[in-house]
Amino acid sequence: MMDNASVVDVGRSALRRRTLSLSLRGGLKGGEYAWALAFVVPYVAVFVAFVAYPVVYGLWMGSETNLYRELFADPIYQKTVVNTVLYLALGVNVKMFLALLLSGFFMRPGWWMKVLLLIFVLPWAVPQISTYVSIHWMLNGEWGFLNNVLFKLFHVEGPSWLNDRWSALGAVIASHIWKWTPFWTLILLAGRMAIPLDIRDSARVDGATGVRGFVHITFPLLANLYLICTLLSTIFLLGDFNAVTFISGGGPANSTHVLATLGIRNAFEIAQPRLGVAAVMSALPLVIPLVIVLMRKLRTAEVQL
Amino acid sequence: MSTIVAEASLSARAETRAHSAVRRRRYLSGVGTLVLSLVLVVWTIVPIYNMVLISLEPEGDVFTDHIWPRVPSVESFWGVLTQGHWYLEHFWHQFANSLFIGAMVTFFALLFGSLTSFAIGRMRIRHGWLVTNAALLTYVIPASFLAIPFYRIMQNYGLADNPWSVIAALVAFATPYAIFVFQEYGRSIPIEVDESARIDGASPVQIYLRIYLPLMAPALVAVGTYALLLAWNEYLYQFLLLSSKASMTVPVALAQFLSSDQSPWNYMMATAIVYALPPVAIYYAFRRRMTAGLTMGGVKG
Repeated sequence: MMDNASVVDVGRSALRRRTLSLSLRGGLKGGEYAWALAFVVPYVAVFVAFVAYPVVYGLWMGSETNLYRELFADPIYQKTVVNTVLYLALGVNVKMFLALLLSGFFMRPGWWMKVLLLIFVLPWAVPQISTYVSIHWMLNGEWGFLNNVLFKLFHVEGPSWLNDRWSALGAVIASHIWKWTPFWTLILLAGRMAIPLDIRDSARVDGATGVRGFVHITFPLLANLYLICTLLSTIFLLGDFNAVTFISGGGPANSTHVLATLGIRNAFEIAQPRLGVAAVMSALPLVIPLVIVLMRKLRTAEVQL
Repeated sequence: MSTIVAEASLSARAETRAHSAVRRRRYLSGVGTLVLSLVLVVWTIVPIYNMVLISLEPEGDVFTDHIWPRVPSVESFWGVLTQGHWYLEHFWHQFANSLFIGAMVTFFALLFGSLTSFAIGRMRIRHGWLVTNAALLTYVIPASFLAIPFYRIMQNYGLADNPWSVIAALVAFATPYAIFVFQEYGRSIPIEVDESARIDGASPVQIYLRIYLPLMAPALVAVGTYALLLAWNEYLYQFLLLSSKASMTVPVALAQFLSSDQSPWNYMMATAIVYALPPVAIYYAFRRRMTAGLTMGGVKG
């Protein structure tokens, strides 16, 4: 509420500005409201046509219950679920934990750390397709770089990495960690930088350094960010199509698919789009709770991606 | 007296011991840093080194067991640049397609994002928060999950094998981020700037063009780089929606290499490197701006 005396003191223009801004906040007038609507409409149209409509369409495509009976009976699908769980559990957690540790490492002073960080973010800067294709060839049993090195250095004949389900899946997970650890390290590094200096300093004076400083000061302050990053990363990874497609190709014998690639395979390779949508939708029981927690957390923390 | 001397010498010895402990710890942490740095560098570089190594092999030499290029040859790069291999006949056309999609996605994401955040954040349109929240929901839907219905819809719209279908999808994915960053960044610009312009009789369009956009320049650069890289690096939608020679982009062409066992790997890696150079250059040029965009707002509370 406004105090009349202060308005008089400040003068007429301030009064005018104040009422204007009040009317602005209370709602726009006539022509301005039309402009504001016109500004919002393009994005709303894009959202409705290319996000909301496909979601509804997808829900409709995957709404038959006997689709799921068919899907759950498919042995490839059963393997896919195991793979997806492993990919999520290892891919997300190993990566985030490494990122948490490395973000602390990169807090060290010195020119070498700056150079190292520049090298370290390279996997993130290079497009996925280029690096995944390179990794695919690197793991070739006969001519791949990895086995060549193993032979030159240790005279060990390496296996055909991508011809075995578990080593192929391991390669996919390791590649995901390789590609995305730098990104999350940068985010957590920014989080660490945002911890005010005086908190860190007073903690140091109180003897909270090293592991104790991390456990009692840094981690509690980072915990919320860490949780949000983990949730987001889980959702991103669930939708990741490229790592599996390019590194293992879902093989050998469709044993390393994840839900995202199985959905596309069902829809386009064996031409059963509804079955593809069903494969993808079977992740909803996992996605929906994640999204609810994430939206709550985001509202309180205002962390930005 | 002697006890005092003894104590003094004791404390001096303790001090030197403490000093040497500090020195030892510093030495150990130096060694630790070195070892960790080496591990990180090797881990980071190997797939990229492999890419460079194979691209420098002359044709036919790919199927050997050496781990450094014996006779470095730029034959394969030359092949890419001059479209000298039958796999690469349309390389520059594909490159132009990728570029076109990237430019359009960047333009529309910036345009729609800035207009929306101007109306919501500056003009404070009623129920604006609804749009912001709905936009953010886009990010919790994994993109590959939308691909199948999206493909069907594009066929219904008659946009299959048309770059605009990919542009539409990528604009839909990039704009929410733009809206979010613009609103956060816009908070640092006092609303009184807009209000005094209104008093001077500026229309909303004039305020948007003359005041809002110039003040938002850093955020525009950050989001623009993000949108460009998103479009350049995206694969799935381009693979599904662009299949003809005329509309194919570089990542789709690269993936086609993989389908054959007799792939010319040196050409493939050279293509992968040429394709990777623009984003890497952009990334390192705009690194500060980009990480600023990623962490703008950072951790609050």
